[in-house]
Amino acid sequence: MQKMPQWAEVTLVPLISLLLAAILSALVILAIGENPIEAVNLMVTGALGSTYGWGYTLYYATNFMFTGLAVAVAFHAGLFNIGGEGQATLGGLGVALVCLMLPWPHWSLALIGAILGSALFGAAWAAIPAYLQAKRGSHIVITTIMFNFIAAAVMNYVLVNVLRPAGSMDPATERFPEAVHLPSLHDLLAPIGISFSKAAPANISFVVAVIACVLVWFLLWRTWLGYEIRCYGKSEPAARYGGISAVGITMIAMLISGALAGMMAINNVMGEAERLVLNAVEGAGFIGIAVALMGRSHPFGVFLAAILFGFLYQGGAELALWTSIPRELIVVIQALVILFTGALDNMVRMPLERLFLTMRRKRVEPAE
Amino acid sequence: MDILALFDLSVLDSTIRLATPLLLACLAGLFSERAGIFDIGLEGKMLAAAMFSAATAAITGSVWLGLLAGIAASMTLSGIHGLASITFRGNQLISGVAINFLAAGMTVLVAQDWFQQGGRTPSLIGGGRFEAIALPFAENLRSVPLIGPVYAELISGHSILVYVALLAVPGTWWILFRTRFGLRLRAVGENPAAVDTAGVSVVGLRFAAVGICGILCGIAGAYLSTGLQAGFVKDMTAGRGFIALAALIFAKWRPWHALWATLLFGYLSAIALRPDLIERALGFQVQVQLLDALPYILTVVILAGFVGKAIPPRAGGEPYVKER
Amino acid sequence: MTEPAIELKGISKAFGPVQANKDISIRVMPGTIHGIIGENGAGKSTLMSILYGFYKADAGEIWINGNRTEIPDSQAAIAAGIGMVFQHFKLVQNFTVLENIILGAEDGGLLTPSLSKARKTLIELEKEYGLNVDPDAIIDELGVGMQQRVEILKALYRQADILILDEPTGVLTPAEADQLFRILDRLREEGKTIILITHKLREIMDITDTVSVMRRGEMTATVKTSETSPERLAELMVGRKVLLRVDKAAAHPGDVVLDVKGLRVIDDKGVERLKGIDLQVRAGEIVGIAGVAGNGQSELLEVLGGYAEATGSVTLNGQPIDLSGRHSDGRSRRAKGIAHVPEDRQREGLIMDFMAWENTAFGYHRDPAYQSGILMNNTVIREDTEGKMQRFDVRPPNPRLSAKNFSGGNQQKIVLAREIERNPDLLLVGQPTRGVDIGAIEFIHQQIVELRDQGKAILLVSVELDEIMGLSDRIAVMFDGQIMGERLPTETDEKELGLLMAGITDTDKPHDAEEVAQALAHRHGEVH
Repeated sequence: MQKMPQWAEVTLVPLISLLLAAILSALVILAIGENPIEAVNLMVTGALGSTYGWGYTLYYATNFMFTGLAVAVAFHAGLFNIGGEGQATLGGLGVALVCLMLPWPHWSLALIGAILGSALFGAAWAAIPAYLQAKRGSHIVITTIMFNFIAAAVMNYVLVNVLRPAGSMDPATERFPEAVHLPSLHDLLAPIGISFSKAAPANISFVVAVIACVLVWFLLWRTWLGYEIRCYGKSEPAARYGGISAVGITMIAMLISGALAGMMAINNVMGEAERLVLNAVEGAGFIGIAVALMGRSHPFGVFLAAILFGFLYQGGAELALWTSIPRELIVVIQALVILFTGALDNMVRMPLERLFLTMRRKRVEPAE
Repeated sequence: MDILALFDLSVLDSTIRLATPLLLACLAGLFSERAGIFDIGLEGKMLAAAMFSAATAAITGSVWLGLLAGIAASMTLSGIHGLASITFRGNQLISGVAINFLAAGMTVLVAQDWFQQGGRTPSLIGGGRFEAIALPFAENLRSVPLIGPVYAELISGHSILVYVALLAVPGTWWILFRTRFGLRLRAVGENPAAVDTAGVSVVGLRFAAVGICGILCGIAGAYLSTGLQAGFVKDMTAGRGFIALAALIFAKWRPWHALWATLLFGYLSAIALRPDLIERALGFQVQVQLLDALPYILTVVILAGFVGKAIPPRAGGEPYVKER
Repeated sequence: MTEPAIELKGISKAFGPVQANKDISIRVMPGTIHGIIGENGAGKSTLMSILYGFYKADAGEIWINGNRTEIPDSQAAIAAGIGMVFQHFKLVQNFTVLENIILGAEDGGLLTPSLSKARKTLIELEKEYGLNVDPDAIIDELGVGMQQRVEILKALYRQADILILDEPTGVLTPAEADQLFRILDRLREEGKTIILITHKLREIMDITDTVSVMRRGEMTATVKTSETSPERLAELMVGRKVLLRVDKAAAHPGDVVLDVKGLRVIDDKGVERLKGIDLQVRAGEIVGIAGVAGNGQSELLEVLGGYAEATGSVTLNGQPIDLSGRHSDGRSRRAKGIAHVPEDRQREGLIMDFMAWENTAFGYHRDPAYQSGILMNNTVIREDTEGKMQRFDVRPPNPRLSAKNFSGGNQQKIVLAREIERNPDLLLVGQPTRGVDIGAIEFIHQQIVELRDQGKAILLVSVELDEIMGLSDRIAVMFDGQIMGERLPTETDEKELGLLMAGITDTDKPHDAEEVAQALAHRHGEVH
């Protein structure tokens, strides 16, 4: 007995949740004495009104696509990976090592190397919590939180004591060599006659992120591995009956998740900063949670939600620049999105279900 | 080598002060999780309480009003968590994550709106802070060898909230194991159906637990900004909520163990501030980052079950749905 | 004239579009045992949940001892003197018996006085009704029979005059059930009113004074037990004449297909669940495993199905099977020709959120027939599903409907179709008809017998003794991880099997129920 048609579940519930989050955010803006409509105007012009704005929006969206996919893949396996932040941090280390230690002849090879390096480091950081969950039943939410803090400490140690160039006071690596400089969207679009802002940080990593979305979709819905991941996520006892290895799937799903989170580093570390600094991830790992929830853990949903959050991020930065609204407004919006789409979803779903039920009853009654 | 340097009185003294917010938050989590509601939003509740108590104390000049405001802020977030995880049977972990972000954003937003000081509150002076209390005879006994300095330095001379936190330990134990409310609270975290069929409201009990959690987190946050420090700064909880969570697992959800666990973690943060003492005691340097990460590493070790298995309340994290 | 202890007038309750109870009225006189019988999903439990304040009726009235009573919640039900023993016990596993008994019925805010008062009352109750339980035992350490006693004591401690028992014998051996019925008898003598919900006709005939029959949410009849017969009740339950026997020809067993020797399983708590099982199943025969739930039958199926490790030896058609390590999983077992209809289809056999076609591939999803290159060939799977749904009469025959939207019987048919159409050498079947309506039961039994007649080996596990007796060609009885004996269904009866199920092998000697109960007192059982 279906309570509500599938299309309503996938479109209405998230949209209404988003609307609620938006209304509350507007109230917050009103409460601090600003005009929400003006604020939205400012955000739209700032984030989407120029190729410069788009360049930043897509840059942020690239980060969130990777971390959002990371959370989504884990969700499908029934695992809540809060460790995207730490995994992305370690991914940064992987990118830095790849870029600094090896002499790359061309950026394209360096990009492949960096993807491998970041994925490897991110996956490695997810491997320990995954193993502890699979083998010893340690709650992965808690262990991944702990690993975020441990990652911060590790990064701090590495940057201060190991990778910091002699004489520098700044806890950061030296600049990556010119050869590993990734082409920006400006460089990519110029040959086909589209002029795109030169200053904006969006780069080829965006394309990699979009490809990652497509590959994750194929993985989840078109391969037996994805089938097994989804089976395991829906029902552990059933997976056991079906001959699906709990340890194996937990490990594989978390390794893929960690690798995706780690790959974010090709964007922020290699594509933008071109050196590794402290706290390079800037919370993108956590935004991945909001993005995955918003996108219903579907790669296309993640893509859309990542763009939305990219817009919010860039728009928020513009707001902070031109009004007295601090950047933290974005954190509030992010919190509200997570709250309404992830935790209070039943608040939206229950009345909707009732609505559909009465509508159906009305349709059935005359027939009787 | 001078191992005794590790037990320098000033380090132990700051251990108590640094352990206090951890202890309060840990007991807060204990109430919530014993009732079957996971709470990874301790951090956010503390942060909100820290901001609102410092702000209120700054405006009114009364630290007590500040404390109340802090508790109110924390209770509000508890209410949201309860609404999401009890009333609407949402995902408790996601709700906790949302609350942490909500607090992280709102505190700066509100502080900026009220004070325009870059998201901080003005420094608190005089009645705006919890002052240290000298226990009776602290000065007179100081000259008594060994016990005197311990009493005067370590036990005396803390703010009232430190003593509140310490008294909350036997208090929590008594409530959980010696009262009707405690019995029902523990039952609802183990098997809510048993409580429901016995004619007791699962929703009521869980909201009560979440409410107590809010109060304790409120006190913890207020202590941070009005006792430990003199004002609120952005993200001042700095992961303490998560360390408290770690301590809770370390303590296997038991009140007295919570005290020992938070004292241990408090000690680790206190000693991390004194690398010189460690070097004096051990004869070599220990990386500060290692000390920072140690509580988290220890928790992972505990979780991995290498040092006794931590078994959480059986109904933890699961929303209660009546079944036929 | 005495007032009825309970009178329900015109109770109706709907869940969404499903009418669970339709205009139901009954009267139960004080000091009697009233049975309510009906198929799964007939609305028995819903009705009792309304009486216990778990659900609010859409319409109707409840009268207790001649007074109109509103029961909005369990608290009100308890206050009205109603106690309920649920099918799945509602006990806090790591609390003591005493703590469980006072929970919700404490005197005052402090525990110590409550506990000492309860201890006194408990001793009195034990004397009065012969219900011995150690008040300081932890529930976890008690067997199921004992746990049930605690539930009854809980109700009596709350001074219940009306006791509702929902399928109380599901987890008990016949002997334990007898013990329970003697307790109920005693309670009736003391003037308590008892409502017994069950789907077992024998129990109704044995102990009740009056009986109501429910079908599809309606009360079809209320009669005096002494004036009816099991056949008549069965007809009232189903709405037509039913065969209480399975229609099958004699078996022609062939070669040994499954040969189990010295099979042992130790679970993660270190408890030995299987203590050396020896068992053979031949081609073309159904071997039924009888036993009370929790005596190792589940573990046996899990080991053979490949998802629990074990020691000992198992061969299939003479080929040894790995019992531990990398090749001990469901996938390799399926490859060897073992199909498995698990005991709990909703937990294990199906992914409830997946569509029917996705479930059809479940367990066989790496079959090359379902792949094209590195991708899965969903079109092929969907077509395959359509065929299966047609052949097994799954309704509605829509492969895109989620498993959770089918009825219990149709869900079971999906699982059965998937496993049987693999043409396995050995079919493991656990509780094939649990929660399945009678119409589907006949179909499912037919399919199993048909597979047998094709010369396949079938190992059947069921807690329904009737099913075991009706379907099996040979019966093995399990108790406490061991096989207590094998019997032919034609040469045994329920009584003998019942004694074996209680672990008593010298079945020729007379045994009284007390002795059986002694043997069972410390049995560690699991509630499933």
